[in-house]
Amino acid sequence: MKVVVCINHVPDTETKIRVASDGTAIDRAGVNFMMSPYDEIAVEEGLRIRDKFKGDVTVVSLGTDANKETLRKALAMGADRAVLLRDDGVRDSYATASGLAAEIKGLTPDVVLFGRQSIDYDDAQVGTLVAELLSLPSVAVVVKLDIKEDGSVVCEREIEGGHEVVHTKLPAAFLAQKGLNDPRYPSLKGIMAAKSKPIEERPAAPAEVRVQTLALRKPPAKNPGRIIGTDASAVKELVRLLHEEAKII
Amino acid sequence: MPKFQGVDYLDIDGLLSADERLVRQTVREFVDDRVLPVIEKNNRDGTFPMNLVPAMAEMGLFGSTLPAQYGGAEMNNVAYGLVMQELERGDSGIRSFASVQSALVMYPIFKYGSREQRDLWLPALARGEKIGCFGLTEPDFGSNPGGMITRAEKTPGGYLLNGAKMWITNGSIADVAVVWAKLGGTVHGFLVEKGTAGFSAPEMKGKHSLRASVTSELIFDNVRLSDANILPGGEGLKLPLSCLSQARYGIAWGAIGAAMACYDAALNYAKTRIQFDRPIASFQLTQAKLVHMVTEITKAQLLCLQLGRLKDAGKARFQQISFAKRNNVFQALEIARDARSILGANGILDEYPVMRHAANLESVITYEGTHEMHTLIVGEDITGIPAFT
Repeated sequence: MKVVVCINHVPDTETKIRVASDGTAIDRAGVNFMMSPYDEIAVEEGLRIRDKFKGDVTVVSLGTDANKETLRKALAMGADRAVLLRDDGVRDSYATASGLAAEIKGLTPDVVLFGRQSIDYDDAQVGTLVAELLSLPSVAVVVKLDIKEDGSVVCEREIEGGHEVVHTKLPAAFLAQKGLNDPRYPSLKGIMAAKSKPIEERPAAPAEVRVQTLALRKPPAKNPGRIIGTDASAVKELVRLLHEEAKII
Repeated sequence: MPKFQGVDYLDIDGLLSADERLVRQTVREFVDDRVLPVIEKNNRDGTFPMNLVPAMAEMGLFGSTLPAQYGGAEMNNVAYGLVMQELERGDSGIRSFASVQSALVMYPIFKYGSREQRDLWLPALARGEKIGCFGLTEPDFGSNPGGMITRAEKTPGGYLLNGAKMWITNGSIADVAVVWAKLGGTVHGFLVEKGTAGFSAPEMKGKHSLRASVTSELIFDNVRLSDANILPGGEGLKLPLSCLSQARYGIAWGAIGAAMACYDAALNYAKTRIQFDRPIASFQLTQAKLVHMVTEITKAQLLCLQLGRLKDAGKARFQQISFAKRNNVFQALEIARDARSILGANGILDEYPVMRHAANLESVITYEGTHEMHTLIVGEDITGIPAFT
């Protein structure tokens, strides 16, 4: 079973983001980066599929040298090969997906995994676009994935208020949602072993950027909370303020 | 509290290799996910979180510098130090557990044990299926271990062990004790298994420090050991002292972790605690404390990193390890106390990690060579004159 997992290198969820001086990107200085959490789930699922059916897991990331850190983590978790598709420029989801698809096509995988979305720009488009560019069936927001020996797949996906059970056939692409599995920590042995697994590098296939960022803005600062009182006597005033000031009741 | 983002004022990360950073990040996440949510309760209850042992073993935190055939990851000393740092950011007791298992049990068995002893114990210790402890200190012999009373006598086919050890981390939960005793006037190491007749390991209670760690006495009352229980690879006090050098090296790193946890808590608190309509971080006295903390943490980081690089090159001297343990633990304790003062009364609550670290560090500054003994070791090293014999 050949598994490809696409992973992204994103700012830590708790890091403080500043907009860079050009107003269209974030200032990367002093920002901790990490593997996007949904992508970690995708890597874990890829490793489990490989361990069950034998085969190998290739992780692919498109971006700058910095993405190697995330690729190395995936290798330390147990991935067999890593590919960096280098591009120091800015890509929209379509251009990113085009670059990834060009690489994945040559890998002829049975399973292509993604996180449901990267937690940086939250477009949630790349996985589905790659599947489309490769003419693969794709299932998004997957919380349960059951691949059978004959290549048929039953999986569960999360939908508003419930789960949907779907059937498809490999080769196919799946976008992992929280709950699919509990990603392992890389072991120290895995980290040491990863040192002998080289990261292959090549320029990302050029692609047309169709959507351009004009400006990044932080949300307006929230006003500090106000304590109306600390016991039941405050309820009346609270209700009045919610009704007259906040106008939400 | 916001998630810990590391303390790296001087871009010391740039001096670490990618795999060293990944080791640190991995253990950091483990501590965030698994240690911090439970540690205050363990500390309150005075219990060690045994359920963390399998996960720690799976990550390879025990004996991580040893060869792969014994379950090690063949990590370098800098990566090992970073593991200790991150574990102690959780709690000194967690780091102590890993220190003892790795540096004081697996290391001597690897270094001085027979092939049979290594094969029997090291893989099981690496997998966390077996737990070890190290018995050197005695009730009346702490800084002066050469005065130890515990004795082994040669008997046909084995040894007879008598004596007592005290302040032994993991003693009551250990499956095997590495015990140092005099045989014909010379110090030798013995492996004593749990359940051996005459051997007991009662837990010491009433600690105000290292509460999330098991501390025990080891009592040997006519314990009969076979010839296979002696560590054959050497004799003399230099053997246990070589183990302590390994452990002290880890402690020097660990202290940075405790200090970072305290600094992080104090910094976050100072920025959000409002007095006189301003965050207390805006006051000069508070800023001076915070700057002192980050300065000492940064110096300690550089000290340990250089020491680790020396150790990896086979050039670190035990006096340099004393130098690092002495400085870093002392500074960590000062930082913990300053952090407590920034947190004011809140600093004494276990809602924050500061008082726990401060209390733990009171042990750490004394165990594995007291602050005073390390001062005298460095003193002798630079003057050529021993202040003790």
